[in-house]
Amino acid sequence: MSGHHQHERAGRTTSPYAARIRAIEALLLEKGVLTEPEVQDSISYMEARSPANGAKLVARAWMDGRFEELLLSDAKAAALQLGMEPEHPAEFIVVKNTPGVHNLIVCTLCSCYPRAILGRPPDWYKSFEYRSRAVREPRAVMREFGFEPPEDVEVIVHDSTADVRYMVLPLRPLGTEDMGEDELVELVTRDSLVGVNVPRS
Amino acid sequence: MTFEPGDNVRVLPSEKPGHVRTPGYLKGKAGWIESLVGEFPNPEELAYGFSGKPERPLYRVGFRQADLWDDYEGPAEDCLYADVYEHWLEPGEGAPT
Repeated sequence: MSGHHQHERAGRTTSPYAARIRAIEALLLEKGVLTEPEVQDSISYMEARSPANGAKLVARAWMDGRFEELLLSDAKAAALQLGMEPEHPAEFIVVKNTPGVHNLIVCTLCSCYPRAILGRPPDWYKSFEYRSRAVREPRAVMREFGFEPPEDVEVIVHDSTADVRYMVLPLRPLGTEDMGEDELVELVTRDSLVGVNVPRS
Repeated sequence: MTFEPGDNVRVLPSEKPGHVRTPGYLKGKAGWIESLVGEFPNPEELAYGFSGKPERPLYRVGFRQADLWDDYEGPAEDCLYADVYEHWLEPGEGAPT
């Protein structure tokens, strides 16, 4: 061991899991598997991404039918057009909610999520409870998030099991016809991009 | 490609171990091909340091929720899509499209 921590910072969590991760990180650095700049690049990559990117894509699609078409047919191209960096080995597909269809995203096998756009998934998305229940009782899960799709709305669950990352294009809330794009962005929550809820109205 | 959109398929009930991307709850279940996503290195080999070549076709496969869970709470129209590799699929019968 080198005897000193290269990036000790204030406010670090002291959980056993965090300690284990730091020990693994230190070993990887010591053995030359990773370099410190690579670790920093990876942290910067994740911190540069957030649900705000998803909100921008959605608000633009609500305003502009041609952009919506692009978002649904080639989501990475749509993200590039708004200055985002969607590069990621996996595909990126946006699924559209309609008055008759509501979409919900889950990854039952692990925690696949469109990180290249939205950053890290929320903790609940990675929980065993969400991953097992979202496929089996999606309507009960959505109720617990405060949303109940009517019985005549078809619920489609997308289990991102392999090489595709999914995001929901939610329905534009009623009564927002006069809003501009900046106002619309504020309505789009992370939960509505996963489909466990709908945008603010 | 072996399958076309609309084809009925069944997920193989294989117990193959390792980094398989086919969740257990779909094994043996009937569904339909929704679309072809593309061809990707086989994750079952990629995960262990191999090249994953040849690449394998990956499909979005649709299932009726009522066909997956005996006690499903919700309308008969509710469904689930998952991404399934071609080598986990065989031609199926009776999946509504």
